[in-house]
Amino acid sequence: MPTLSSYLILAALLFSIGVIGIFLNRKNVIILLMAIELMLLAVNINLVAFSYYLGNLAGQIFVFFILTVAAAEAAIGLAILVVYFRNRHSINVDDIDELRG
Amino acid sequence: MTLNITSILFYAFSLVLLGAATMVVIARNPVYATLYLVLTFFSAAAIFLLLGAEFLGLILILVYVGAVMVLFLFVVMMLDINLARLKEGFLSYLPLGLAIAALGVLELAMVYWTAPMGQVPAPAPFPGNYDNTRALGYVLYTQYLYPFEIAAAILLVAIIAAIALTLRRRSGSKNQRTEEQLLVRAKDRVHLVDLRIKKH
Repeated sequence: MPTLSSYLILAALLFSIGVIGIFLNRKNVIILLMAIELMLLAVNINLVAFSYYLGNLAGQIFVFFILTVAAAEAAIGLAILVVYFRNRHSINVDDIDELRG
Repeated sequence: MTLNITSILFYAFSLVLLGAATMVVIARNPVYATLYLVLTFFSAAAIFLLLGAEFLGLILILVYVGAVMVLFLFVVMMLDINLARLKEGFLSYLPLGLAIAALGVLELAMVYWTAPMGQVPAPAPFPGNYDNTRALGYVLYTQYLYPFEIAAAILLVAIIAAIALTLRRRSGSKNQRTEEQLLVRAKDRVHLVDLRIKKH
């Protein structure tokens, strides 16, 4: 049977893949958002695993709220991205330095 | 280690999950990255099901794959992205990223191996009439009612923000102005003209 540790290590690996994704794709905002989704998913797996092994539903409630906030974050992030692309015709992170003083 | 069906399923879904996640971050084309992200969420939903969280597993597929990933796909296909420029220096930060990720995994693994988490016994199997959705609903609508309503408010704010950001008013477009239509009174529209009719 997979123990609690195996689920936690799976989540840790997934989280680290998200971190690597942020380093690799630091110019592409869309893939950056996807890497953030991966990291949130890793956290969700942690919470569900704890909820199962400790017999407490609070973990699943937290996952519920994390999903809500992550969906809102993705919607607003993509909206900002669309507005930015409409103005600059690029989504390169290097171009997003107009507010630099 | 005894291999039973749960272990086999766990390792199979974990392998698919990690492989798809890796493909998300190294895929050349953002459309492929989005499709691999869909596969990642499917595998994660399967792992949620293994952990007895049926409601969250199904919500993950319905909301995430059905709505958020489609939103990503729309945006990726709508924008005309210069892929060559976005891939400049793709591998130059790979060693640093790998080092930081490996350090993070190492630290977490050390915590997991020293803490008594591996000895947490597997919980007793759920009774036959256990309903995850019902149990979650009982907790959500009583103990977590206020956070639930705040989550609804957050979603409303997200809707308004996304629409307000992307709404574009074009000059010269013909549309109705409802508020002016509602404010119209009869005297604005009807003019009574006093005609003096001359009698011959």
